[in-house]
Amino acid sequence: MNSNTLLTANSKKSQQENWQTICHQDDLVTHSGVCALLANDQQVAIFKINDNEVYTISNWDPVGSANVLYRGIIGDNKGEFFVASPLYKQRFLLNNGKCLDDESLTVNNYDTRIHEEQIQVLVA
Amino acid sequence: MKSQISTNIKQKIVVVGNGMVGHHFVEQLSENDQFEITVLSAESRLAYDRVHLSEYFGGKTAEDLALTTPENYLSLGVNFQLNAKVNQIDKSAKFVTTESGDVYAYDKLILATGSFPFVPPIPGKERDHCLVYRTIDDLDEIQTSANNGKVGVVVGGGLLGLEAANALKKLGLETHVVEFAPQLMGVQLDQAGGQLLRSMIEDLGVTVHTDKATKVIIDGETSVHRMEFADGSHLETDLILFSAGIRPYDNLAREFDLTIGERGGIVVDNYCKTSDDNIYAIGECALWNNFIYGLVAPGYNMAKAAASHITGGDLQFTGADMSTKLKLMGVEVGSIGDAHAKTAGAQCYTYENQPDNIYKKIVVSQDGKTLLGAVLVGDTSDYDSLLQYALNGIELPKAPDSLILPSSSGEKPTLGVDALPDSATICSCLNVTKGDIIAAIDYGAVDVGEVKSSTKASTGCGGCTALLKNVTDNELAKRGVEVSTDICQHFAYSRTELFHIIKAEKIKTFADLIHKHGNEQAKLGCEICKPAVGSILSSVWNDYILQDDHLPLQDTNDTYLGNMQKDGTYSVVPRMPGGEVTPDKLIVIGEVAKEYNLYTKVTGGQRIDLFGARIDQLPAIWERLIAAGMETGHAYGKSLRTVKSCVGSTWCRYGVQDSMTMAIFLENRYKGLRSPHKIKFAVSGCTRECAEAQSKDIGIIATENGWNLYVSGNGGMKPRHGDLFATDLDDETLVKYIDRYLMFYVRTADRLQRTSVWLEALEGGLEYMQSVVIDDHLKVCDELEKQMADVVATYQCEWKTTIESPEQLKRFRQFVNSNDTDKNIEFVTEREQIRPARFEEKTYQGQIINTTDITELNIIEKV
Repeated sequence: MNSNTLLTANSKKSQQENWQTICHQDDLVTHSGVCALLANDQQVAIFKINDNEVYTISNWDPVGSANVLYRGIIGDNKGEFFVASPLYKQRFLLNNGKCLDDESLTVNNYDTRIHEEQIQVLVA
Repeated sequence: MKSQISTNIKQKIVVVGNGMVGHHFVEQLSENDQFEITVLSAESRLAYDRVHLSEYFGGKTAEDLALTTPENYLSLGVNFQLNAKVNQIDKSAKFVTTESGDVYAYDKLILATGSFPFVPPIPGKERDHCLVYRTIDDLDEIQTSANNGKVGVVVGGGLLGLEAANALKKLGLETHVVEFAPQLMGVQLDQAGGQLLRSMIEDLGVTVHTDKATKVIIDGETSVHRMEFADGSHLETDLILFSAGIRPYDNLAREFDLTIGERGGIVVDNYCKTSDDNIYAIGECALWNNFIYGLVAPGYNMAKAAASHITGGDLQFTGADMSTKLKLMGVEVGSIGDAHAKTAGAQCYTYENQPDNIYKKIVVSQDGKTLLGAVLVGDTSDYDSLLQYALNGIELPKAPDSLILPSSSGEKPTLGVDALPDSATICSCLNVTKGDIIAAIDYGAVDVGEVKSSTKASTGCGGCTALLKNVTDNELAKRGVEVSTDICQHFAYSRTELFHIIKAEKIKTFADLIHKHGNEQAKLGCEICKPAVGSILSSVWNDYILQDDHLPLQDTNDTYLGNMQKDGTYSVVPRMPGGEVTPDKLIVIGEVAKEYNLYTKVTGGQRIDLFGARIDQLPAIWERLIAAGMETGHAYGKSLRTVKSCVGSTWCRYGVQDSMTMAIFLENRYKGLRSPHKIKFAVSGCTRECAEAQSKDIGIIATENGWNLYVSGNGGMKPRHGDLFATDLDDETLVKYIDRYLMFYVRTADRLQRTSVWLEALEGGLEYMQSVVIDDHLKVCDELEKQMADVVATYQCEWKTTIESPEQLKRFRQFVNSNDTDKNIEFVTEREQIRPARFEEKTYQGQIINTTDITELNIIEKV
């Protein structure tokens, strides 16, 4: 599993890492996205594939220049999950933020985990 | 009598004449060592290509035109004698004698003596520099003559005459064509076609004189000759070429009592055998079925038939199609079959485009079902399909003129290649039939390139390229080797197929569909298949589109029931059927817009659009609008948008029907119908058409007697004028037809295909649609109507359902963990209203992003 998939409490990351609690796991919508505001004012889009797979990427659409990625349709391409921007349809891979339609584009991606039923995102 | 030949002695074959056809015959037999072949030619050189004779003046040499060489004939064991004109046949002793007295015995004699140019009996025709255009020797004479002259005249405005004129032009002469008849190419073209050809040729610098009978040729005053015409006029020229038709070279046969036709030509049967069992005649000297074929292709087929008969085969010559497509001095000319509409009861359709120099005519049978002939000048692009219609007796479309009308007037019916019999000739240059192509595919060819290389089809003039591709693709498709129509990588089905699966198997969710019918690797689907399936599920079952199963399928506009704008805000459009709105509702819209500070604009669809609503504001806005009696306008959906209307007979002094009431009724009937793409209607109350109905998917125009229905119009990127579908309908029939039309569209269109493109792509086009919707040709109308009735009965205002659901309302927020709003959304004021702030106008510095510099943007994102 790559580092972006859901990490449970026994994460191998060290204690100093800053995991920000976002919401209860039931606040996520299966096969859909929600948006969260990080402490550093950044917006992230969190997508739930199923109970064991949750991904977080930046919410900023670098092509449309708007905070909208969480409202895109998610899908799979050759086994990898992506979100298609609701503005101009560019697809960004959920596990690494790479754009499938333009190699020069990447959006930030974040480690995500469930901690005591809470969704947490690794901020720094 | 020693007619019996012992089998161990070679049969002696003597071929008189070594033109293209005589040579072709030799080729047929030369590899068979039972025969000893002797060729006797009156010309000084062996066979050459006469079809491309004019290229002799374009730089080609006699060697280039040669079809064989002495070495080649010798290596094949073919004896030949040049300058050996045969002047005697002894049919009973079976030998021929040449002018020089040489005697050649034969078992089978082949007369391939060809033809000679007809020179009209004009006094003075024997003068110097009066020539014909037939052989390479003729060309040498023409060249010499032209070197000393400035002006050249061709007598004869037929196909060969114009070829000859082209040759004179290439030689740099001022060129004239003198024709006895009133028009050029009278055999192949009708008067109008001939007239256009004439003007085009004249534009190229050739002077054409028609209705000119040459009375006498005498010494000229400024040139070598003066041609005096019957009408008293005259023409001075240095060179005259006679090209007034051909006559069969049949004097030998005539002299030695073979049967000759009334107007010349050696009579032959289907084996090309003459009245003497041991003598055959082929090519332009032969008269088959009282007809002389002046083209090379039929001559070749005669050669094959004769060779077959001699070797014991049964190949027969059964006539040939004389249809022609060629370029004369760059002008495209085509003629098919009965170009002059001589068949009893024949009817014509013509299309003439003077600015572009195009003339087309088709001749159809009395019952309008078969194509008898055609004339094409200036544009022969329709030639191939017309020829197939004519040769194979394929039934014509109901409006045969659609075959020659320009495509801008509607979809040109494409000839269904399935209708062609296997015997249909696809490539006439190389004589490749549809059957040959099928055989090539059976043998393993998998694309047009392979079919081409194995059959040689389309390697001649190339005119059949499109037809070849069509036939090949069709055959490949039948074998399952087709261009994929799969909607995406997750389903091996087209949208239409998915529709039928969902309906037939009563599938209600995407999860169920992808589980049962998705490809092996498919997990979530994608941005292509999910909205498409979401739309189909809605069209078929009409459930609330935001219920848990369906929510992930919807595009963002549907997900939040608004139109996302460039900054991530949404626009809000309440429905306003027919553009009618009460002052009270208008006031509420104004109050809402004011309270939420929304940019307000009247749309092209006669309603009001409120821009700049944040996602978290949408539910409250809609609560207000719904409380005032309004409902969602589906401006966000692939569904019915608006029914635009004029006030019609209610207010307007010209209106003949109540277009307002009809528009409101229709908008309420079809609102919420999910479809492959958006649908727009309009209803006009009279023929002045103020609602612009003819540019809509469904357009209705009032008449004195009811309603005229137009379909598949479009504005936008590719405007299309709607097609008149039915006239003077009563209310009930109008609605019935629209029900059927729309539901058939919903069922069969591709995703994101507007009705205009859909109709144009449909085989059979408008006529087919009429047969489905009006005549119930497919026996589906009951079902279509029932399905529409279900959709109408289960309508719900999606916004009403949404604001009544606390679960749904949770989704309408920017942040799952905060009540903040998106600080990147900023507005500035312009003309007293808001608009999104441009980057440089923004005050929020947290999102320092330069949208024009993607690289920098990435760096910033990663900080």
